Amino acid sequence: MNKTIFFGALATAALAAGIAGASTLDEVKARGKLNCGVNTGVPGFAEPDANGVWQGFDVAVCRAVAAAVLGDPTAVEFVPTTGKTRFTALASGEIDLLARNTTWTFSRDVDLKFEFTGVNYYDGQGFIVNRNLGVSSAKELDGATICIQTGTTTELNLADFFRGNGISYEPVPVETGAEGVQQYTAGACDAYTTDASGLAAQRANFEDPTAHLILPEIISKEPLGPLVRHGDSEWADIARWTLNALIAAEELGVTSVNLAELAAGTDNPEINRLLGSEGDLGGMLGLDSDWAARAIGVAGNYGEIFANTIGEATPIGLARGLNAQWINGGLLYSPPFR
Amino acid sequence: MSDTPAQNVAFVRTSEIPPSPPPTRETGAIKWIRENLFSGWFNTILTLIALYLVISIVSGAAPWFYNGVWEADSIRECRDILAGKTGACFAVLVDRWDHLVFGFKYPQDAYWRPLVAFLLLLVAAAPALFGKIFPRKMLILTAIYPFLAYWLIWGGTLWLPVLVAGSIVATGLVFRLVEGMAVNMRQILAGVVGLLFGLGLAWLLFKGAAELVFIASNIGGSGLSVIPYAVFWAAGIFTYVCVIPMGIFVGYAIYQSAEDGGLVTIVTALFAIYIMLAYLLGPVSGAFNSIIPLELQAVPSRDMGGFMLCMILGTVCVTLSVPLGIVLALGRQSHMPLIKGVCVVFIEFVRGVPLITLLFVANVMLAYFLPPETSFDLILRVIIMITMFSSAYIAEVIRGGLAALPKGQYEAANSLGLNYVQATRLIILPQALKISIPGIVNVAVGLFKDTTLVSVISMFDIVGMIRGPIQQSTDWISIYWEVYGFAALLFFVVCYSISQYSQWLERQLQTDHR
Repeated sequence: MNKTIFFGALATAALAAGIAGASTLDEVKARGKLNCGVNTGVPGFAEPDANGVWQGFDVAVCRAVAAAVLGDPTAVEFVPTTGKTRFTALASGEIDLLARNTTWTFSRDVDLKFEFTGVNYYDGQGFIVNRNLGVSSAKELDGATICIQTGTTTELNLADFFRGNGISYEPVPVETGAEGVQQYTAGACDAYTTDASGLAAQRANFEDPTAHLILPEIISKEPLGPLVRHGDSEWADIARWTLNALIAAEELGVTSVNLAELAAGTDNPEINRLLGSEGDLGGMLGLDSDWAARAIGVAGNYGEIFANTIGEATPIGLARGLNAQWINGGLLYSPPFR
Repeated sequence: MSDTPAQNVAFVRTSEIPPSPPPTRETGAIKWIRENLFSGWFNTILTLIALYLVISIVSGAAPWFYNGVWEADSIRECRDILAGKTGACFAVLVDRWDHLVFGFKYPQDAYWRPLVAFLLLLVAAAPALFGKIFPRKMLILTAIYPFLAYWLIWGGTLWLPVLVAGSIVATGLVFRLVEGMAVNMRQILAGVVGLLFGLGLAWLLFKGAAELVFIASNIGGSGLSVIPYAVFWAAGIFTYVCVIPMGIFVGYAIYQSAEDGGLVTIVTALFAIYIMLAYLLGPVSGAFNSIIPLELQAVPSRDMGGFMLCMILGTVCVTLSVPLGIVLALGRQSHMPLIKGVCVVFIEFVRGVPLITLLFVANVMLAYFLPPETSFDLILRVIIMITMFSSAYIAEVIRGGLAALPKGQYEAANSLGLNYVQATRLIILPQALKISIPGIVNVAVGLFKDTTLVSVISMFDIVGMIRGPIQQSTDWISIYWEVYGFAALLFFVVCYSISQYSQWLERQLQTDHR
C-alpha cells in the first residue's frame, strides 16, 4: 500500500519535471537565481574565501552568465559538485550550468547528452617529479609509481600514454588533489600527474618549489569548459556567447575600466554591437541589449579575470600559454559578434 | 600478672618500637616500577623498547606543536615565519575556525543560534540520559527541544515546529481518549477512521494511476523505451484495478483492528492522515505568522556545514534510529506474517546496501524524480537514509537482546495477564535493552563517524570542508595534518564521551543475576 503511494508520488513528481523542463531561461528568470555547479575546491578556479564567498576562474563564468541573464552577478546559487556527482546534477536539472573544470570529450558531449558551450581554459596533463629522481622526460618513467586522481580523464590518459610508449607504471590512486600532493611529497609515489595548471599551482606552494620538475611532455588535450544539458539550444547559446563576449572583449580592448565609456558608443562597430549601442544581438538571445556589458562589468574581460584569479601575479602563477588570444599566439578565438 | 609488683621487673617496655620503614626497593614508585616494568628480563626489554619509542615520538612531535604558528594568513606566510624549522601551521584553524564549525555559508550573524541549540542539547539530553539524577519533569524540556532546535538552526517561522508539535500532542490526546472508550464506541471510531483512510487511499491511488498512464504515453513505445513504456502502462492499469479493493481492504483492516485493542493501527492511520496533510503546514504556519510574526532569518539546508552538520546528523539519526530499531526488532519477532515479512525485507535490504549507495540515491537519484523546484530538503533526505541504515543495524542488535532473554520471562509476563504492549514495555524491553547497550553504542559511535560520508555527495561537513574549500584554497593549499588532526580531536571527544556514558549506564543498570 505504502509503496503504491510512494510510486504515485514519484510519478507525480516525474510528470511535473517533464512539464517544467520547457525553457531553462524562463526557469532561471522566474527563480531569480542561476543554479551553477562548481568544483568543491580547486585553487584559483573555484574556492570559497574566508568569508564564504565563491571566488575563482570558473566561478567568474557563473557570475558573468548570471549578470547577463538576471543583471545581478550575486544571483547565483553555487552548487558544489564532486567528480562523481557533477553529471547527474546537471542531467537531473538540479543545476542550470556546470562550470567545473570539465574536459570536453566526445562521449561526454554525445553520449552523456551535454552541450559544451566553449572552452574557458586549455589545459593538458603533465607530470611532476622530484629532481632527485634524475628524470627529464616522461618516457623515462618506466616502472615508476604514479599518484593519480580516480574518476577523471587523467586516469585514462595516463594508461594510454604508457601503453603507447610500451612502458609500465604502478598507479597510486588518490581521491583529491590535496591527497595527491600529500602522497607525492611524502614519497609514496615517484611522480604525480594531473592537469598542468594544477601541477603549477601545487608546485608554487611546495616548501621548496625548485626541488621539483614539471616534465615537458603534455600527454593530453584537456579543453575545460562550461556545459549545459542537451535539448535547450537557446540556453546553450546564452552560455556560449557570454563566454565569447568575455573573450571578444579582451580582443577588442574592452576592460572593466573603460567599459562605461565604450558602452556609450564608439567608432568600432563590433564593440558597439557587443556592448549593445548598435544592433540588437541581446534581443536575439532573449535578453536585453546591454547583456554583454553587464557580463564584462562583473570582473572585466577574459584577460582580467585570468590575471586576477590564476595569473602570474597570483600565488597560482599560471602563464597565459595556450590561453592567450589568437593574435598573441594562443587558442582563444571568439567568433565575430555580428 | 596483676599481683606481680612492677618494681620487681628490670625493664618494661611502655611503648612499641616504631616500625622501621620497609626497604627502599619495596616501597612507592620504585616498587611499582620494579614490579610492573622490570619484573623479568623479557618485561625489561619490552619496557626499554617502549620507552625508546615514546621518547622518539614525543621528541619528534613536540617541536611540531611547540613551534606551531597561530597567526598567519596563508600557508606561505606560515613557512616564512617558521623559516625552515619544523612546526605546525595552526593558523589555518584560527583563520577558518568558523568554516570548520559552521560551514562556510551559514550566516555569520546567526552563529549564536546553533551555539544556543548545542547548549540546550546538553540541557535537554541530561534528563533523558541521566534519569536518576535529574527530576522527571525536565523530560518536558527534552520533548520540546527538537522543535526549538529546528527553529534555531533553520530559522523561518516558529509556527511551523509549533504546528507539528501540536499535531503530535493531539494524536496523544486521541490515543488517551480512545483508550478510555467503551468497546462499541471504539468500534464506531475505528469504522470512521477506516472509512476516511480507505477513501483517501483510493483517491491517492486513482491520481497515481492517472499519472502513470500519462508518463507511459509520454515515453512512447518505440525502440528501447518499449520496456519502460510497458512497465508504466502495466503499473498504471494495475493501480486502476487496485483503487477500490485496496481502499476497502485497508479501511476494513483498520475497522477490524478495533476488536483486539488495535489502537496502534488507528493512531498510525491518524499519522498517515497528517502526512497527507503535510503540504498544508507551510501555508497554515505562514498564516499564523502573518498574525503573530515570530521569525528568524531562514537558513537553507545547503548552507549547513562543518562540525555542526555532523552533530545535527549524528544526534538526529541516533535518536530516531533507536526507537525505529526497537520497532523493527519487535516486528521481526512478530507472529503476523505481513509485519514480520516487511521488517525482515527492510532490515536485510538496508543492511545489504552500503551507506554510501543510499546517500548517492538520496542526493542524485531522487533529483531525477523530483521536479527541479520542489526538491525536498537535502538534509532531510540524508537524515532519512542514515536513519534507515542505522535502524536496521540497531534492530539486529536489539533482536540479539530479545533472543538472549529466557523464554520464561515471556511466559511469566503472559501468566501475569499482561497484554502484548504491557509485557513488552514492562518486562521484555527493559531487560533486552540492557543487554543490547554495548551493541547499540557501537552502532551509535559508528553512525556518528559515518556522518562524514556526506562529504562525497558534496555536503560540507567537517571532512568535506577540509577536503574541499580549505585544502583547495589558494591560501591553505594542501595543508594536511593540522586540519585532519583537529577533526580527529573533535570526533574523539564526542565518541569517547558516548562510550564513557554507555559504561556508566551499564553500571547503573547492573542488577547482578548471579
